Amino acid sequence: MSGGTLIALALLIPLAGAGLIALSWRRPNLRESVTIATAVLLFAVNVRLAIGVLDGETPTLRVVEPVEGVPIAFAIEPLGMLFGLVASFLWIVTSFYSIGYMRANGEARQTRFYACFALALGATMAVAFSGNLLTTFIGYEALTLTTYPLVTHHSDAKSVRAGRTYLGILLGTSIALLLPGIVATWMLAGTLDFRAGGILSGTASDGVVLLLLGLYMFGIGKAALMPIHRWLPAAMVAPTPVSALLHAVAVVKAGVFVALKVIVYVFGIDLLNSSGAGAWLVWIATITLVLASVVALTKDNLKARLAYSTVSQLAYVVLAGALATQWGVLGGGMHIAMHAFGKITLFFCAGAIYTALHKTEVSQMGGIGRAMPVTMLAFLIGALSVAGLPPGGGTWSKWYIALAAAETGHLVIVGALMLSTLLNIAYFMPIVARAWFAPRAAIHPARSAGAMAAPDGGEGLKEAPLFCLIPLSLTALGCVALFVFASELETFLAPMIDGLSTKGR
Amino acid sequence: MGEHLPILQVILPLIAAPVCLLIRHAVLCWLIATLVSWVCLAIAILLLLQALEGGAIRYQLGSWVAPWGIEYVVDRLNGFILVIVAAIGAVVTPYALRSVAEELPERQIGLFYVMYLLCLSGLLGITITGDAFNVFVFLEISSLSSYALISMGRHRKALHAAYQYLVMGTIGATFFLIGVGLLYLMTGTLNMADLAEQLKPLAGSRIVLAAFGFIVVGMGLKLAVFPLHLWLPNAYAHAPSAVSVFLAGTATKVSLYVVLRFIFTVFGFEFSFVGQPFGPALLVLAIAGIVVCSLVAIYQDNVKRLLAWSSVAQIGYMLLGLSFATALGLQAGLLHIFNHALMKAGLFLAMGCVVLRLGSCRIEAIAGVGRSMPWTMTGFLLCGLSLIGVPLTAGFVSKWYLVLAALEKGWWPVAALIVLTSLLAVVYIWKVVEAAWFRDPPGTAGRIGEAPLVMLVPLWIVVAANLWFGFETSGSVDVAKAAALALMGAVE
Repeated sequence: MSGGTLIALALLIPLAGAGLIALSWRRPNLRESVTIATAVLLFAVNVRLAIGVLDGETPTLRVVEPVEGVPIAFAIEPLGMLFGLVASFLWIVTSFYSIGYMRANGEARQTRFYACFALALGATMAVAFSGNLLTTFIGYEALTLTTYPLVTHHSDAKSVRAGRTYLGILLGTSIALLLPGIVATWMLAGTLDFRAGGILSGTASDGVVLLLLGLYMFGIGKAALMPIHRWLPAAMVAPTPVSALLHAVAVVKAGVFVALKVIVYVFGIDLLNSSGAGAWLVWIATITLVLASVVALTKDNLKARLAYSTVSQLAYVVLAGALATQWGVLGGGMHIAMHAFGKITLFFCAGAIYTALHKTEVSQMGGIGRAMPVTMLAFLIGALSVAGLPPGGGTWSKWYIALAAAETGHLVIVGALMLSTLLNIAYFMPIVARAWFAPRAAIHPARSAGAMAAPDGGEGLKEAPLFCLIPLSLTALGCVALFVFASELETFLAPMIDGLSTKGR
Repeated sequence: MGEHLPILQVILPLIAAPVCLLIRHAVLCWLIATLVSWVCLAIAILLLLQALEGGAIRYQLGSWVAPWGIEYVVDRLNGFILVIVAAIGAVVTPYALRSVAEELPERQIGLFYVMYLLCLSGLLGITITGDAFNVFVFLEISSLSSYALISMGRHRKALHAAYQYLVMGTIGATFFLIGVGLLYLMTGTLNMADLAEQLKPLAGSRIVLAAFGFIVVGMGLKLAVFPLHLWLPNAYAHAPSAVSVFLAGTATKVSLYVVLRFIFTVFGFEFSFVGQPFGPALLVLAIAGIVVCSLVAIYQDNVKRLLAWSSVAQIGYMLLGLSFATALGLQAGLLHIFNHALMKAGLFLAMGCVVLRLGSCRIEAIAGVGRSMPWTMTGFLLCGLSLIGVPLTAGFVSKWYLVLAALEKGWWPVAALIVLTSLLAVVYIWKVVEAAWFRDPPGTAGRIGEAPLVMLVPLWIVVAANLWFGFETSGSVDVAKAAALALMGAVE
């Protein structure tokens, strides 16, 4: 099959899947089978595409041209391929997890849930494979709209309010900032295609480049740079599988992925260096990554803590891009994959804890390690990976980002990265420590009757259903695998930085 | 036969109207109206194709040679408008069968189609004629029939709305007539092409300037330019659903066409834009209209009213394109006439379906209606996205060219404003979408079903058009471009 056909398949499979899911609403088992089948098919297509990309191909697909010179077109470069692979693989895992989570918690409106999930993945594919800024923008907006029903899944006043924040910030920034940025790019460069080395060099003065960079970086609200990060904690009202795949992987990674792509293929890191426009972005990202970690410390709700941790980790990627060196771009690209595995593990664990023990607050989690040993072990691995410590894959991406900071002489930022790692430890380790070492008596007795077998503070094992447990073990193993096989990832991304003529390497 | 198409375009509905009056049978009248509307659409398309290929078509009524006799002229600009008007008509009539039967008392239904046919004939006549006084005649035909149509709304408020429109509309028409009278006084001719010739040496004349003012303000009233728009929200909100669709898609568009025709063809670009600050004045009014009316739309509880306020704001975008006084701006404005007809017709069609089933289109009444009428509300959502200007819909294309036109002039703040006001559209469209899809239906509501197919099909034809013209834009963009260049061509 040609690359174009495969791209079309990658876009249509989730769409068709959503349709079939909606049609099979009467039979939950069939419906979930459709979800799994769709996810597996999508991953297979991604693997097939990735083989081509590894061979140096650039699969392309051109759909239509609504306005002159700006087609709806797709072209896959290594970073997008990596993003597509990660998202589609984790969708399979999440689908299994969702079955366990949604059924164990007796959630309503499950058909809408699975259908929107499939649609959101379709939008993610569109973002990952997009060949120009307009196509990216369409996928980006579609992703916002298709995830809205998932965020407001519970349909109570709280989730509707959170949904408004979510939609308001994401749509607002993208239309008010990103779209003007795209139009201005079109006016200046006469094209919206992603090209190695960027399309803006030599078309605008330094001041305009600075302004454009601002429009892009704050317009891409999904990258959650402070002060436009509020939507992400708000999105945590969603069921945990949504937080896990969408608000730790697909949506937020779409944000930093687009940010990175804009930096590399629209501005070009040479232009960013020569115009000095990246300087302020470096600092905003640094401030975000430290501040968000501090805020995470103050959160007792586990999911909120994870959300702020995500805000901090996203800033790593933006920082990596803003440093504008080969190491930085490589580190940023790798961090997208590394953090995806680490954070999805943590969210899976949070959901498993909620499913098995109905606990959401960190302060209630004393002694749960004895009831849920597998879950808490996975949590430990995920936490280490996110903090950037062995044996987690996050080690390597942080390593490269720190290298980039050192190389460009930003010693303060190297310090900030280390401080952030410390803060990561400070907000993750107490959870693990409390789970293993705090006395079980600290458990609040207030919970619904009948859901737990041993509420007496005994040593009874009480893991979440297998449908939850296996996925979270898998992703934890993934974190370790990424630590061991990081060089493969590096090879995969290498073509992206080959053309870059900056110092380093 | 072929050479008589221009007159057939107008005379067919004009003759069909009294025929319907004699018949008075609801379904028979509907059948006649539908057939006539479709034939009109076919004629309009043929005329546009001829005009695009062979240049302007000139048709002398009764073979009286212009400028003494009345002349019908079809060029790219009004060929384009004719197609818009006829297409909306052709979509509305099948839809009206159920909608009107539900909303009007039995004995009025026949009369409804009489008035509709007169209105269609008037609007087509305004567009096709090349004679200034003839414009006034058709303007009155379309206006009087539309007052009657609006007053057929099922609430008493419809009478008040129609009366309000009647007063404002009559002032507008009178102003227009005064303007035409002044022009006749100065030149002794009513033929537009001849007027253009005769007015050239009179550029400095105060009287011509006064005529310009009367005509622009008069048509501005019919066109609902901010701040002359106050009749419109009530009229659209209280009219029968089918009438809201028809008027929202056609009436203001035709008025805008008359403004364009006069300022470009009759008075000329030099006189209108160079000799006086018409562009800046229009710019200010357009921006004020866009901002104020979008804000007002956000606070409406009745969805039809909300859409009506949004219409006034959208008229602002069309005028904005015009106010740039460049070919690209004009092209964007013309494109938005077409695209807005599509999106607003779609939105009103969807609301008509909701009214049919719920008897109301207040925000609290439509809570949860997305679940019981998924096709209708999906159509609403898609047309709403088009209104916002989301890529892959028609609305995006016109906004794109509008922004480009603003940037071409170097007006960054205006471009930013176009984008920012789209956000206001997001807010008011989302308000409806949230109520329809994400709220639980009120407990008192019984089971309601999807709208009948005869209404859904027209709705989805319009929805498909919104998507089609967002994908495959060569047709609409090229025609708008050709028309804009033809208008501006008089300049260079």
